[in-house]
Amino acid sequence: MAGALAAFKKRSGEVSLAAAVVLFMLPLLWIPGKIYLTLTIAGLAMGMLIFLVASGLSIIFGLMDVLNFAHGALFAWGAYTGFSVFKLMRVWVGADSVLKNVGVFSVAVAAALLAVAVLGMLLERGLIRRVYGSHLFQILITFGAMVVLVELIRVFWGPNDEVIVQPLTFRGSWDMQGVIVERYRVLCIMIGLLVYAMIQIVLKKTKLGTIVRAGVENREMVQAMGHNISRIFTGVFAAGAALAALGGVAMSVFDRQVYPDMGGTYLLFAFIVVIIGGLGSITGSLLGALIVGLAYNYVAYLVPWAAAAVNVLIMIIILLIRPTGLFPAGG
Amino acid sequence: MPEAILKAQGVHTYIGQHHILQGVSFEARSDAVTVLVGRNGAGKSTSLKTIMGLLPPSQGSITFRAAEIQRKKPYEIARLGIGFVPEDMGIFSNLTVEENMKVAMLREDRETLRRLEAITDLLPDLGKFWTANAGNLSGGQKQMLAIARAIVNETALLLIDEPSKGLAPIIVEALIDTINRIKEHSVVLLVEQNFHMAGAVGDYFYILDDGLVVRGGDMEELAGDEALKSRYLGISAAVEK
Repeated sequence: MAGALAAFKKRSGEVSLAAAVVLFMLPLLWIPGKIYLTLTIAGLAMGMLIFLVASGLSIIFGLMDVLNFAHGALFAWGAYTGFSVFKLMRVWVGADSVLKNVGVFSVAVAAALLAVAVLGMLLERGLIRRVYGSHLFQILITFGAMVVLVELIRVFWGPNDEVIVQPLTFRGSWDMQGVIVERYRVLCIMIGLLVYAMIQIVLKKTKLGTIVRAGVENREMVQAMGHNISRIFTGVFAAGAALAALGGVAMSVFDRQVYPDMGGTYLLFAFIVVIIGGLGSITGSLLGALIVGLAYNYVAYLVPWAAAAVNVLIMIIILLIRPTGLFPAGG
Repeated sequence: MPEAILKAQGVHTYIGQHHILQGVSFEARSDAVTVLVGRNGAGKSTSLKTIMGLLPPSQGSITFRAAEIQRKKPYEIARLGIGFVPEDMGIFSNLTVEENMKVAMLREDRETLRRLEAITDLLPDLGKFWTANAGNLSGGQKQMLAIARAIVNETALLLIDEPSKGLAPIIVEALIDTINRIKEHSVVLLVEQNFHMAGAVGDYFYILDDGLVVRGGDMEELAGDEALKSRYLGISAAVEK
């Protein structure tokens, strides 16, 4: 019986993989090869940027079961913290030096991670902790927190859009025999893969990650085993917030701008990705983000007016076929 | 009479609006297995959860090795050397057997690893399914895993809530054997409705009824008192056979 089940799972996995490859290659029927490759790299980069935003949400919403509407605001706080660092170190931004360009980007990322992790910690301790287990209260309280955090951005940085100048090294692109590869997109793909690997290692290979996964399943039992789960969950929430900040910095440098409401735009993408991927699954979020990024780019080239709607359509189709998403945790 | 490692005195516990424990007093004596028996809803499981700090008492005191613990958090109580096996076993189904044990191990020093080795000798099924998802284990194997997790650290007192519930008679016999071996190293406070099991492992008993302790004494005394068993546990001699 178990053998038959394993064979069935293997067969259905093979069928799914074959279907995914066919769908991935399908746009080649209408798009010339070189443009297809350019769009694919752009789509992968966009997917990775969305994954950076969604990975934090996947941890907070998918693992901890907290409907965090303030996630977009944390993303915007990360972007603005990065913006301040870029402004302070503007000489390094414009310098013709890889070291200085990478340096200013690294400082911006580190500052954003730290600032938003502290903000996330305060948010969890002050508000979220009181509403664990109640989605309605979570929506109300995190929506309120989002409004306050966005207004605070207007107070500290002003209400207008601000321009972010890309470090010199990140500008431009490589022309690989007609396939255009933007430098910053490659960097985004690398950062996305690195973040994915780090989250997987922490969750699957460390004791802390194992305790977190156990705590998600049975919080009371983890406490009865001698672990201070409240403190651990504060740390997990702070890590999720920090990932939103990383997404904020990466996305704002990509878009070359910051604005107070920027979080709302990407929060929708992030929720779609987490739901497509399956709640609590980081691999699912990565795959969901790549599907969204690729589909958006292919459709934007072929049918520009339909690009914005295609992601919602994908979500509906996937949920009709697999209501729990592509890779639900524990599924 | 051996000294008590744990004493509960006049403990009151509420679950929401419901006054479950209404001044419960009992002891868990060293080098022995104390069994809390009683009908459904008498307050047995609530007593264990109250000791563990999962349900904070509103009144009364709980002392463990002469120190009060009733205001401590569950993780602080666990770190004092109290292991807990809840009624639903509390298995992390999405984790492997190995990961379940890893979460339970507060230290990974030589002493703990030696205990882990002894546990896998005592419960060989754990070793056999070491990398399997704990959710796929049978009921008996899950119960063994739950007990193994609770004793992998240096455990002075082990609280076990209805371990025989839902298990086949042959598995219950194995469980009795396991608890009898554990009692050589740890004090056990057991909640049990299965009188066969309670009698086979218990040294002392307390009967709980409507949130109060109504009787306590040697297990042999309870085993021989048909009227008491019939009145508070609903067990008749015919059923017991």
